Amino acid sequence: MSAEGVVAQRSPSVVLEVRGLVKAYPGVTALDGVDLEVRQNEVLGLAGENGAGKSTLLKTLVGLVRPDAGEIYVRGQRVRLRNVVDAANHGIGMVFQEQSLVPNLTAAENIVLGCEGPAIRRGVYRWATMRALAQEQLDKIGSTIDPLARTDSLTFAERQMVEIAKVLRIEQRTHNSPVIILDEPTSVLEPSEIETLFEQVRRLREFASVIFVSHRLDEVLDVCDRVYVLRGGQSVGEVRPADAVAGDLHRMMIGSESHEDHYHGSAVTRDETPRERLTVRGLAGAAFRDVDLDVHAGEIVAVVGVHGSGREELCKALFGAVATTAGEVTLDGERLDLTGPRAACAAGVGYVPAERKVEGMVGPMSVADNMTLAKQRVGCAGPVIVPKRQNDIVDKWISRLSIRTPGRRTAIQRLSGGNQQKVILARWLVGGDVRLLLLDHPTRGLDVGARSEVYRLMRELAGTGVATLLLADSLEEAIGMADRVVVMSDGRIVAEVPCPPDRKPSPLDLVKEMV
Amino acid sequence: MAPLVDTRPARSRLRRGVSVRDAGPPIALLVIVVVLSLLSPQFRTTGNALNILDAAAVLAVVTCGTTFVLLLGSIDLSAAGVMGASSLVVAVLVENSRNNLDLGILGILIAVVLAAALGCVSGLLVVLLKVPSFMTTLGVSAIGLGIATLVFDGVQPGVVDPSLRSWATGRLLGLTYLTWIAVVCVLIAWFVQRYTRLGRYAMAIGGAEEVLALSGVRVGPYKVAVFTMAGAFYGLGAVMVTSQLGSGLVQSGASYTFASITAAVVGGTLLVGGRGGVLHSTVGVLLLTVLTNGLVLIGVSPYVQGGVQGLIVVVAVAVAAAPLRHRNQVVK
Repeated sequence: MSAEGVVAQRSPSVVLEVRGLVKAYPGVTALDGVDLEVRQNEVLGLAGENGAGKSTLLKTLVGLVRPDAGEIYVRGQRVRLRNVVDAANHGIGMVFQEQSLVPNLTAAENIVLGCEGPAIRRGVYRWATMRALAQEQLDKIGSTIDPLARTDSLTFAERQMVEIAKVLRIEQRTHNSPVIILDEPTSVLEPSEIETLFEQVRRLREFASVIFVSHRLDEVLDVCDRVYVLRGGQSVGEVRPADAVAGDLHRMMIGSESHEDHYHGSAVTRDETPRERLTVRGLAGAAFRDVDLDVHAGEIVAVVGVHGSGREELCKALFGAVATTAGEVTLDGERLDLTGPRAACAAGVGYVPAERKVEGMVGPMSVADNMTLAKQRVGCAGPVIVPKRQNDIVDKWISRLSIRTPGRRTAIQRLSGGNQQKVILARWLVGGDVRLLLLDHPTRGLDVGARSEVYRLMRELAGTGVATLLLADSLEEAIGMADRVVVMSDGRIVAEVPCPPDRKPSPLDLVKEMV
Repeated sequence: MAPLVDTRPARSRLRRGVSVRDAGPPIALLVIVVVLSLLSPQFRTTGNALNILDAAAVLAVVTCGTTFVLLLGSIDLSAAGVMGASSLVVAVLVENSRNNLDLGILGILIAVVLAAALGCVSGLLVVLLKVPSFMTTLGVSAIGLGIATLVFDGVQPGVVDPSLRSWATGRLLGLTYLTWIAVVCVLIAWFVQRYTRLGRYAMAIGGAEEVLALSGVRVGPYKVAVFTMAGAFYGLGAVMVTSQLGSGLVQSGASYTFASITAAVVGGTLLVGGRGGVLHSTVGVLLLTVLTNGLVLIGVSPYVQGGVQGLIVVVAVAVAAAPLRHRNQVVK
């Protein structure tokens, strides 16, 4: 996989160049020597799986993240970007995925925010000037948004236009053409809006360079002049859309080697006749609809899909944490109450959320408290906690899951990520009544060793008959762990792929359904 | 490059945040006025209307200050203490019954500057030490009461200064001077909110502080300025109360902390920050004042009034926050 034949001699048309960028976080290397160059008036695509280092790279380019090593050159000049303003002064601006506009100000104020220039004189607004300045920016992208409209009255697509107009203000700071970074700009747009955005991107190319990042590979190929593929924090190749299809790109993103660590098949033999545990019929919510899904006792079903496919929301909805509008869900034949997490807990549903530190645990509380958080009755006689009984139960699970902690009274935030995750899993096991586990990215941010322990645990639990719905961190993880993979796209289930230990599909088989 | 013509029709929109929700408090005010007018002949007299405006004056000025702090998404509990300090200071600096000082307008200015300085302290504590505003302002309130008690020194200073006394009694075009001061303050505050960087950034801080920071704006100085300005409004409010009472009292501002926050929230300046504004809050002030006035006139026992007002406030806040509710919301 060495398509990086073209080593750039610093040609004058190169506006932005990155050499050997390294950024390591505890336990994970996000960037591992990335090289990249952006040329004048081109749309450069960045493709890569979750965790390939795309967002870290982008954040580095706008000064939000400081690299541990490596250099960034703007027009041949080495620069150090300490913050967003620094980056703007060098002509680099980013349209953020999660939209960075002040909702309760007008579009015009957002566009000029921080460099109002003549629009504010001695602290006093001159609305007419501000409006004109904003209009000038909006005209550049041909937008007809009223500059004095309040930002929160605009649609998502319109707000994106405002952001692009805002980013283009950096032209005022540099006299060169800017580099505009678009981070997942299409993820929340309707198809017609996407087309408008693409026109916009092509227009930007007339006077700027664009870095375009998207999960949807066909889009990347459609709008970009060149595409870099990132994998494991490195640029593994460069593709020209003219001679590539989405499949090629994806093959480069995944790489040839598969990580064997979670491919150790089923640890247990299952009943020949599977018992229905979870059945979902026609479930609909804000982000998904018409979802039919079955999970048998002892089965692990992985749900895969790109960002915005609705799988996260589906997972939360099954726990009652997100409202549903229609549909029927049963657990072992009984109707499952989706009105709230409390009902789900009581019915024996366990949920491990993706945001471990925020949603998964109460950091300063002890291992024991975190473990008994959902099942307050554990180790109690009536309303009274019997310390001895509770401690015994907690200690039992600490040793059974081999949680490495100084003791049950240690604050959970002092443990490593993998051990924290095991405590959170144990939370659903202490009650002894868990029938369905919803695992939302259970291995996110864990190192290899911790990951394989979580995998082993998942298999063990499945062996005891627990049904598991898994939102995996990567396709390999989904394929390796699951007995069946369900593909979601735009809020619907579009495919179901069996995944028995002896006949695993390849990630590409799934990608075909996802894009 | 020729700008491409965007084919989508330009949508006409309600500009500058006039929404249905903004119309709620004014409509409520109107309904209450109509109902009270029907219930009580005394209520619907011109004289009573002027009384209401006079009674609302001090609260309106104080609420101007509170509003900006709420717009930041912070809270200010210092009005009571700051007003106590300013009230005592102004009472001993103008011509008074306790000493021979007669600084006149300068005395008033000093009282207002002292209040602004106390506000500035609150702001600095919030920004530099990153202590939550409810704690710093509560502390500053205690400091203010301490200063007031110190100046009070066991002997109540009576205001003799005729011009300050005339604030409460003099009338222009039927309205008391206090009312006119309040009107001017509301207009100034509205101007600041609408037409100055300070006011708009206060809005933006409440709306999305991190975005402002990402746009290269140093947020801290604006926060300090907002707290300072709020203090100045409390100081002026204290001078007005002192004029009404005819003497400097430690407790002169005691009721205003709660009343001003209540008025702001009832008017639509929500505690989440970035919503509402000076005009909203002023409607809230009128709502509360009309209610107090009307309940007396229709003969509701004064013992019940406090409870009735509290109930109205809680309901109003719940209604205002209703559209923002969602499942598993964390409320602290």
